[in-house]
Amino acid sequence: MQEILQYLFSGITNGAIYAVIAVGFSMLYSSTELINFAHGEFVMLGALSMVTLAAGFGWPLVPAFVLTVAAVGMAGLLFERLAIRPVRQPDHIVLIIITVGASIFLRGLGMLIWGKDAYSMQPFSDHPPIDVAGAKLLAQSIWILVIVMALTAGLHLFYRRTLTGKAMSACAVSKKAAWIVGIPTKWMVLLAFALATAMGAVAGAIIAPVTMSSYDMGTVLGLKGFCAAMLGGLGSLWGAILGGFLLGILEALGVGFVSSGLKDATAFVLLLLVLYVRPQGIIGSAEVKRF
Amino acid sequence: MILSAKWRTVLTAAAVAVFMVFSQVCLAEASGDNYKIGGIFSVTGPASFLGDPEKKSMNLAIEEINEAGGVDGRKLEAVIYDTEGDPSKTVTSVGKLINKDRVTAIIGPSRTPTTLAAIPRVQRAELPFISCAAGNKIVEPIKPWVFKTAQSDIQAVASIYKHIKQKGIKKVGIITVANAFGESGKEQLQEQASDFGIAVVRSESFGADDTDMTAQLTKIRQEDPGAIICWGTNPGPAVVAKNIKQLDIKTPLYMSHGVASPKFIELAGKAAEDILLPTGKILVADLLGEDDPQKQVLSNYIEAYESRYNETVSGFGGYAYDAVYLLASAMKGTGGDKEKIRENLENISNHPGISGVFNFSKTDHNGLDPSAFVMVRIKNGDWKLVE
Repeated sequence: MQEILQYLFSGITNGAIYAVIAVGFSMLYSSTELINFAHGEFVMLGALSMVTLAAGFGWPLVPAFVLTVAAVGMAGLLFERLAIRPVRQPDHIVLIIITVGASIFLRGLGMLIWGKDAYSMQPFSDHPPIDVAGAKLLAQSIWILVIVMALTAGLHLFYRRTLTGKAMSACAVSKKAAWIVGIPTKWMVLLAFALATAMGAVAGAIIAPVTMSSYDMGTVLGLKGFCAAMLGGLGSLWGAILGGFLLGILEALGVGFVSSGLKDATAFVLLLLVLYVRPQGIIGSAEVKRF
Repeated sequence: MILSAKWRTVLTAAAVAVFMVFSQVCLAEASGDNYKIGGIFSVTGPASFLGDPEKKSMNLAIEEINEAGGVDGRKLEAVIYDTEGDPSKTVTSVGKLINKDRVTAIIGPSRTPTTLAAIPRVQRAELPFISCAAGNKIVEPIKPWVFKTAQSDIQAVASIYKHIKQKGIKKVGIITVANAFGESGKEQLQEQASDFGIAVVRSESFGADDTDMTAQLTKIRQEDPGAIICWGTNPGPAVVAKNIKQLDIKTPLYMSHGVASPKFIELAGKAAEDILLPTGKILVADLLGEDDPQKQVLSNYIEAYESRYNETVSGFGGYAYDAVYLLASAMKGTGGDKEKIRENLENISNHPGISGVFNFSKTDHNGLDPSAFVMVRIKNGDWKLVE
């Protein structure tokens, strides 16, 4: 019992992080039909910026967090302006290859700025782990869960209640139709990029205290987030959240009950299964339903 | 086409001139006063933390030997290529060193995969070759021309188990990183356990980039081992250390020599407290007693390296430093005869170096025993020698 609970705690913490990353993938896909393979690198930028500001410069957490998310969001904006917008023939395959190139570039940049060493930082609060029936729940896990939940609720409200959010959803349904009714679609795409990369930064910033951050951490995290997004249904907010938690929990249980060698395999076997059996994901109709 | 007699003379003269210049270059190379020593290190790339200090240390050792008069009055000269940690680039560089630079011996490469790639070439060329990589496969089975200076897992595992045995612990759980370093550690941990009367009750692994190891540690805890041994290089083991503290596991934690650097203490922070690990003596040189056979060599090297390069010395440069000194002592009186150098290398005994006291023989081309390692405990963010 104690073991199962411990596996679940570990799975939920990891799952929450996969979920935030998956939301970034999904969000961008729903408004641009683009899969951003550089997304994991934005997570890395978020984590390393957070460590630098909070641990390196000794800033308080809140400003460090806000500045990290804003800066990485800006980087996403620049990425769209400099690498995606100027493409003359924006075929999907061309754009996706550009994002792969961008991920290699960003990893190189990360290595130049931060070097090859890993960095760590203190948890957000110095509370000892909480004992639940013998299993230990980290204070940072609670932080992660609360932040992820708040973020999801915020995004949900943004898409349902605000004019900008609705305009973004409209772009997602049909860009041309949205343009005809007077929605500045180019701005919406730009906004989607900034928001999606900012989500990546949030994931990086909240994960920094539980693990070690280094320039090459983004690849695996990005792939896991992508798996989670596919699992839940690419383009769906709640699908991404569900996919993230499911992946995290299955991974932890796989390690616990089968073998620790299976950890990464879990994600990719699930991805293959989803692609074979239900390509639209768990949530999401065949005609991808967007936010 | 018929050439006029005049043209023919000019061409012949030109050919002769070219030939003469060429042969003179060759002669100069062959009878040069210097011994050329090849160096191949991963100076750039992911393993540059190994190759960079190795290159610097090789240059340092050669400067020192030359200042002291060289080998039999002849100076040493380093020819160093960068492998970027890549096996195919390594093989190309070895080819260049053998055919173009005509070196007397080769030192390096820095990594086990690159060393294994280079071995067939040097074996065929019959050239003394001293690797700076740790993998035990390099000298097992023995290859006549291949030696290595880095300590290997065998000695590290032996020193950990010796300590565990002294504590009277019978059951251990191990958690190893899923790459070549972790696999080789796991192999040794399982192989040597019975020699010390220890049982490995649970063996787990983790990915090099994993962010959370609590699931694996929970599994290990179920078996209630007397000690947990973690085998990996940064940053994974720091996460393991943190997770163990978070799960409130009180079992003593041992780490491998792979994390024997101040970086680990920085990463693991408070969680590093009380961790035990084996390390080469260079990390704790100032804590060693005056009677330690390596004390003198170590303090000389550290002082020379730090004043010359203005950076903190690492444990890795010593592999190349040792290799140069071993080679220089084997070259004495051979006049550059490769077979004699090889034989002399095999006969070196009681040679105090940075990584340990070397005793080569026909059956041992690493020449180190567990005394190359000392056990240290992390106390207040610093290393303390364990008696």
